[in-house]
Amino acid sequence: MVPLNWYIGLSSVIFMIGVVGFLIRRNIIVMLMSIELMLNAVNISLVAFSHYLQDLRGQILVFFVITVAASEAAIGLAILVALYKNKAAVHTNEITEMKG
Amino acid sequence: MLPRLFFGYFAIVMTVLALVIITRKNPVHSVLWMLVLFFHVAGLYLFLNAEFLAAVQIILYAGAILVLFLFVVMMLNLREEIVSERFGGAWPLGVSVGAFILVLIFLSTGNFVQGPVGKYSIEAIRAETQVKAVGTLLYTEYLFPFEVASLILLIAIVGAIVLAKKRS
Repeated sequence: MVPLNWYIGLSSVIFMIGVVGFLIRRNIIVMLMSIELMLNAVNISLVAFSHYLQDLRGQILVFFVITVAASEAAIGLAILVALYKNKAAVHTNEITEMKG
Repeated sequence: MLPRLFFGYFAIVMTVLALVIITRKNPVHSVLWMLVLFFHVAGLYLFLNAEFLAAVQIILYAGAILVLFLFVVMMLNLREEIVSERFGGAWPLGVSVGAFILVLIFLSTGNFVQGPVGKYSIEAIRAETQVKAVGTLLYTEYLFPFEVASLILLIAIVGAIVLAKKRS
């Protein structure tokens, strides 16, 4: 039997890799993929808790997380396409309209 | 012993894949490595007795979301993006913030105390079949959040069309 702590450790490592990827990359596509990475890490910990606490509610929550991830990817990529049409830029340091 | 070996394989491969994803220069390579990662996540779900979620993971993440990413990466012409600098100027700060929070999480998981177990033991789920157990819970206790989730998807469809539409 694998201890539950190992799953929490794996999940937090992948979540933090997602956070670091979101912070350090300049390409917006890779930043969106880092968000997917973080959501997947949370899903792993939810399913692990659901298994070890013998309660299916964690798995129900994973469905909702996947729903939100799907709509977030659709909206984010639509914004990216609109941005590329208007500015031909996918790097964050080329988008400076809001800079005072 | 064997379950731990399985878990060790999944943990090492998933960590390495996640690191590969955030460091590749070409976004297409990142998307393809992400596909491998999602299959490993599905394998981990199977390992945790969540068969239905493993199927949903492959169909939805690997089948729908990643195809969407691939389409967008191929639609945008990223040839000149690949040769430019991939990390922002403040990347040491980002890495150290991430490492600090990771250490905090690891220190706090040592004090984790498991709560009382619920009624869905492996035998109970096996007697009812897993899909039926999840579906019953989803359509009775979580019916309202389920409807809200459909509303979120509707908003995503409308929003994507509005954002990607050509202005006339």
